[in-house]
Amino acid sequence: MAIVETRAVTKVFKAGTLGAVNDVDLVTAEGEFLVFLGPSGSGKTTLLRMIAGLEAPTSGDILIGGEVVNDLTPRERRIAMVFQSYALYPHLTVYKNIAFPLKAQGVPRDQHRKKVEWAAGLLGIGQLLERKPRELSGGERQRVAVARAIVREPSVFLLDEPLSNLDAKLRASARAELEQFHRRVGTTTIYVTHDQVEAMAMGDRIVVLHKGVVRQIGTPKQVYDDPADTFVATFLGSPPMNLLENGDVIVGFRPEHLVPAAQAPSAAIKLTLKIHNLEYLGSEWIVYGTAVDGGGKPEGERASDKTIISRLPTANLTIGASHEFAVAEQHLRFFDKATEKRAPARALSWP
Amino acid sequence: MAVTHRGRSSRSSGFGLGVAMFLPAVLYVLLLVGVPFGMAFFYAFSDARIGSGGENFVGFDNFASILESQSFRTALKNSFIFTISSQILVLTGSTALALALKDKFRGRGFVRFLILLPWVAPISLGAIGWKWILDSIYSVVNWVLIALHLVKPFDKPMWLGEPVLAMISVIVVHTWRLLPFSTVILLAGLTAIPRDIPEAAAVDGAGFWRTLFEITLPMLRPILNVAMLFGIIFTFTDMIVVYVMTAGGPYDSTQVLPSLAFFTGIQGSDLAAGAAISIFLVPLLVVVAYFMLRVAHRAEVT
Repeated sequence: MAIVETRAVTKVFKAGTLGAVNDVDLVTAEGEFLVFLGPSGSGKTTLLRMIAGLEAPTSGDILIGGEVVNDLTPRERRIAMVFQSYALYPHLTVYKNIAFPLKAQGVPRDQHRKKVEWAAGLLGIGQLLERKPRELSGGERQRVAVARAIVREPSVFLLDEPLSNLDAKLRASARAELEQFHRRVGTTTIYVTHDQVEAMAMGDRIVVLHKGVVRQIGTPKQVYDDPADTFVATFLGSPPMNLLENGDVIVGFRPEHLVPAAQAPSAAIKLTLKIHNLEYLGSEWIVYGTAVDGGGKPEGERASDKTIISRLPTANLTIGASHEFAVAEQHLRFFDKATEKRAPARALSWP
Repeated sequence: MAVTHRGRSSRSSGFGLGVAMFLPAVLYVLLLVGVPFGMAFFYAFSDARIGSGGENFVGFDNFASILESQSFRTALKNSFIFTISSQILVLTGSTALALALKDKFRGRGFVRFLILLPWVAPISLGAIGWKWILDSIYSVVNWVLIALHLVKPFDKPMWLGEPVLAMISVIVVHTWRLLPFSTVILLAGLTAIPRDIPEAAAVDGAGFWRTLFEITLPMLRPILNVAMLFGIIFTFTDMIVVYVMTAGGPYDSTQVLPSLAFFTGIQGSDLAAGAAISIFLVPLLVVVAYFMLRVAHRAEVT
């Protein structure tokens, strides 16, 4: 097991253009499950590939276990990686796929069977060992890829969107399996995903990336409850955080905190919403509306078409009607209008 | 009613169009391959000579007599030596070239162009060039070897004049000619391997050679088979290099079946014997063609 650290790591693919990864500093904890979360093109996979040694950083250092590994090959870094496509060797059986890293790293041949069976047993694929990858389902392939990665007990475990090729139902169960699996082996793990639900559910901490820059590093609770900037605020959470401009600040609040006025007696913000859409999702309602009074803005600067979203466990509303909503003060988050970074709480000039 | 009528008429006109489109190919194959092939069979069982009148059926006499001829046995042996050696050289050479040309580097386009040149240049021109390169008096190879003091000026190798050297020379020239074709096929096969797979091998701890022999080459095998089968056909039926460079000599030491058939049947005007020699190629080529179709089919299925 080992700690992974990056120091001012930058990757520029084409000189003169913006880097895919810019000045990333981060340190994992021992045995941590760290998630890189970001939209496509945010540099999360490039960052992972640099840690794996498949891509050389343009500048900065990568450390594994306290040692600078910039000039080491993937083989020398003692890492294991699961690729998005799984990258199973199509001409080899499952057994030989899983045994390949053992063979490549010179593990004595008589230990192969025991280790392969251990890894296959851990992932419940013991009965598939004689099959070829093309005879397996997507979920089975994903398990073979994980088994191949853990068989040599790596010091760091890297996963690049390993669940994105599975259907929704399988994804949920595979996610739960991976979580249990990590708890059992306790290897430092870096997991790349664009799926915020995966990130929230699995990560000890989440690194939110956008355009190659780290926007925030924190526990799922921190990044959700206290987003560092408006990007994090809107990227995490579905539907995203509502953001309203008020003077020189942007005030944000989660949809679930925008409740009918009667439920929030000491409200800091009151809004009259004209409902233009309602979605019933079984356990909750998503309410889309526009502020009749302009969302707290003075007359003249009102953008009345700004959609404000509320998430309610029950709703007795009608489309087209106007309803009173409110947000309690402790749920408000403030952002600087110029930098879009988090700003201290302040009094609002709410009408 | 109107709908069914229209459907029927469009089907029949579609059928006519189909016939019209494959007819040229059928005619081409029938006239340029089928007819000569049928005539070869016919002549092989006759006593046809160029310039003589009627032909008589002579059964297997032609085959019996060529089997006894020393030239034929030498040519048969040479055909196998020529084909197998050049295929070994072509496949190893083109695999190395394809691996080198797969990765990006400055000037890759130009190098690819240079490697394709032997294939696009007319083969007789290329062979004549090689004939000069290996000439007994003007050989540039010998000139270089003498300048490097590797051979003595008065005891230089006669590249096309000594049996073993002549065979090596035609094999090398033929390899030079087939290399581009095979390289292009293998390059296509290599590009089809997803980048993730060699990367996974690198992460798994495999070095260059292990990745090559345990991952890349096995995955490339169907494509290697295609390249090899085409190579065998191109080599086994080819006589241009031998014809231009050595005309089968010295003493039949580079004679192969196609060139022997040509020299016997056309230049020696013994049509019947020439036809019988070329018919000997058929069983082997049928086997190769069978494997080619099987490989192509498997490549389609997987």
